[in-house]
Amino acid sequence: MTSQGISASRALNPLGWLVAPMVLCVIATVLLAAPIRILGQALPQPVFPLALAFAWPLIRPSLVPPFALLVMGLFLDLFWGGPPGLWPLCLLAAYAGVLALRRLITGNDFVFVWAWYAAATLVAFGVGFLAMAMRSGVAPNLLAVGWQYVWTAALFPFADRLIRRFEDADVRFR
Amino acid sequence: MSFRDSPIGDIKVPLTWSAGAALVIAFVIAGALLLTHQHDMTRPGAYDGARRAIDEVAGPVGGVISAPIRWVDGVAGDVSDYFDAASQNRQLKAELVQARGWRDQLVALQVENARLRAVLGIRTDPPLPHVAADTVADVHGPFANTRLANVGSDQGVTEGNPVVSEHGLVGRVVGVTSDVSRVMLLTDVDSHTPVTLLRTNGRAILSGDGGGSPKLDYVRSAQAIREGDRVMTSGDGGVFPRGLPVGTVVKGSDGAWRVALDSDAAPIDYVQILLFTNFSQIANAQALAPKDLPTAMTEEPSQSIVGPIAGPTSPKPASASPEPAKPSPATPAKRTTAAAPATRPHAVASRAARPPLSATTTVGAAGD
Repeated sequence: MTSQGISASRALNPLGWLVAPMVLCVIATVLLAAPIRILGQALPQPVFPLALAFAWPLIRPSLVPPFALLVMGLFLDLFWGGPPGLWPLCLLAAYAGVLALRRLITGNDFVFVWAWYAAATLVAFGVGFLAMAMRSGVAPNLLAVGWQYVWTAALFPFADRLIRRFEDADVRFR
Repeated sequence: MSFRDSPIGDIKVPLTWSAGAALVIAFVIAGALLLTHQHDMTRPGAYDGARRAIDEVAGPVGGVISAPIRWVDGVAGDVSDYFDAASQNRQLKAELVQARGWRDQLVALQVENARLRAVLGIRTDPPLPHVAADTVADVHGPFANTRLANVGSDQGVTEGNPVVSEHGLVGRVVGVTSDVSRVMLLTDVDSHTPVTLLRTNGRAILSGDGGGSPKLDYVRSAQAIREGDRVMTSGDGGVFPRGLPVGTVVKGSDGAWRVALDSDAAPIDYVQILLFTNFSQIANAQALAPKDLPTAMTEEPSQSIVGPIAGPTSPKPASASPEPAKPSPATPAKRTTAAAPATRPHAVASRAARPPLSATTTVGAAGD
């Protein structure tokens, strides 16, 4: 086996593709919860872990990411004060969709993949909207949902960077 | 021989399938959490250990993050004020002239109001204690609208306490740790606040939906609701004291009546948490206590009772009320009086057990 072959089939370092992005997401979420207004507007609060829910199944299918997303979702629920289980459900819905369609998504242009990311984000917010409407009996405000959706969809470069960094690390999953 | 070179190493593990299995398990856990967990943050017990732990950490972290930003904001404000001093001076002088006129009117109205109250024998609500706080974290997503304030049970804050800014009602406390409180805003999906329209005295429920302007549901009013009507807390249900300013009625883009919140007039950086729990707190329990009752004794009560118990000790008038659980907010003192035999000793005991508040001052409970 050549050195290139060994390199191509090396196992991914969980610290790099799982733990570090999770920590970054937690830090970004906490920072953007600061009670600051710029030009009278509160800071945007995108759902950073959705970038992970999109990137992880494209990098490689694995046992760990679903549980990591469960943890990240629970963190969002507890930190933001929502019902426990809401954001895990949203994140896992997006992950499931991308996992099922990963062969269609991988290897495409930046803009095309961004469109897929926007679609996955839409699925996640749709699940959240329905879950909240059924639980509370009050349909969440569509403008507020749309506002957070736009900011979350704008996070694609973060997901793209993660994918590009790790997708070629293990050629068995290309 | 390494593992990869062995026959076992050639077995292709269907990772997509195993990832799918993990996904299903995670889905089940998330779904079970969502279905089984107490969702409504306003109910007792919803603020569990996990939330408490997160808030215990998030409060100080948010304070550290927001402190330098507040400082920069303050410096920028000072610089701006310096350059705007001349125009601000002109504006303030004009406002002062206007305010002097209002002051004279206010004094005259206060005198007249006091005289009429004395004539009618109306007993005003006593002031409520409150504690000031900084908000250290702000969540304004579509599914949750909460804030963290840097005071907690050590300062006397309890779940259910109303939270106001200098402009109006902000929300209420739904979780308390020793140093941090989680405040659910009026815009939260779970927030339902009994309000009254000042012009018509009509009642409604202010329901948050995650947007900036909560909806007015169940509007009950003899006269039609109008854009620009002032909205205040009605005190129904005893969650909030009556008369806290909430906002102004506007017509939403969806055609629903909504309320532009007064508290949106400025950033909610600093808030006051009213140490209000229910109307028995507003009533002066000691003054309402019957004074001719004998002291409770453990031995031979017949010896210590010196005379027959007169009319005031009879609990019948309280039970004669058709709806004791839904008091009229216009007559909180009467309702509390009716419930006094059961609630007063507890209220006195709980207030006495509260630690002294060094930063506590007082604020009016009702707007009337």
